[in-house]
Amino acid sequence: MEDIDAIAALQDPVRRRLYEYVVAQGREVGRNEAAEAAGVARTLAAHHLDRLTEAGLLESGSRRLTGRSGPGAGRPAKVYTRARAERAVSLPARDYRTAAELLAEAAEQAGLDAGLCAAARRRGEALRGAAAPCGGLEEAMAMLAARGYEPHLESAAGIQDAEGAKETAGEAAVVVRMRNCPFHAVAERFPPLVCGMNLALLEGLLGTDGPVRARMDARPGECCVVVENSKNNID
Amino acid sequence: MTASVHAAHLAQLNVATLLYPLDDPRMAPFVEMLDPVHAAADGAPGFVWRLVEEGAADATALRPAGEDVIVNLTVWETPEALWDFTYRSGHLEAMRRRREWFERHVEAHLVLWWVPAGHLPTVDEALERLADLRANGPSPRAFTFASSYTAAEAAQHLRTVPQGQP
Repeated sequence: MEDIDAIAALQDPVRRRLYEYVVAQGREVGRNEAAEAAGVARTLAAHHLDRLTEAGLLESGSRRLTGRSGPGAGRPAKVYTRARAERAVSLPARDYRTAAELLAEAAEQAGLDAGLCAAARRRGEALRGAAAPCGGLEEAMAMLAARGYEPHLESAAGIQDAEGAKETAGEAAVVVRMRNCPFHAVAERFPPLVCGMNLALLEGLLGTDGPVRARMDARPGECCVVVENSKNNID
Repeated sequence: MTASVHAAHLAQLNVATLLYPLDDPRMAPFVEMLDPVHAAADGAPGFVWRLVEEGAADATALRPAGEDVIVNLTVWETPEALWDFTYRSGHLEAMRRRREWFERHVEAHLVLWWVPAGHLPTVDEALERLADLRANGPSPRAFTFASSYTAAEAAQHLRTVPQGQP
């Protein structure tokens, strides 16, 4: 399916709510859960989830959501996750990706890491404008969400259940992780160069001497940066 | 029993030319990273083996490729396991700051090749693969992340190109 057709499939408001809900979870989502989140009947949700799968925006699989297996465990349920493929439409046609890949390749070969990071830090500062350094993790979440990073709170111990952790461990033990790398295609090809650029951009955007700080803490499948409360801010 | 799942393992050599001796204060942030990064490698999914100097914690004092060139020789179950460790672990922070500590290489500084599971590559073998990559470009017997070959392609290549020929 053409990118423009796949994106057009999101025009239906219910379908778009379902898509955004599945994407935001960062895990497999069943039909019942998605229907409840979108406020529609299960059959309608199932129809739209399958249309999103046909359009290549979601991928579907089957899981026994009960955790049981063998006879008596029940029929596997259909579950959905975001498809890995990128979709983009530019009118008129533009190809910034090829430009980015060529510039990154040249920068890598010439060893221009320091110059690239300086430019990224300046850009981050310019995006922040006259505002003070980012004041806290909630503010950081909003800034990162606006730039497409898909931030979510997580216990610093690495436990996925961020909401529970926040109640029990207090704010200092919570960090912001990001599910999406806005520079994914070039970051995969030139990781040290582009991930370094990304960190510098976020350092400029959030500030380096304020209440929060960005730090490199790469792990598979997510943005390489974590945002946390600065050590000198914990009292 | 994971070792028996894969008939072939991926060997990796990279070389890095130091800007300053390891005991120079400018190298301290890199040296401080060595133990945690090596510990992360040892515990990483798909890690099989890394070269360690006898009686030492790592291979940084071995200088088989030149007095100021440190070598890193490892074996992994799959390219994905090696990629995730290299670029999606604490190792990435060391990579990000590479220009502070290492000379920029004009030639290839990393080479990958397949070995039979259980085979531990020697330093000579590793340096020969790097020389092959530098002389002939990527092939199934010496390649890079960007020009990867499968173990099956490497086996096919070995059958059609007898050993010892370029």
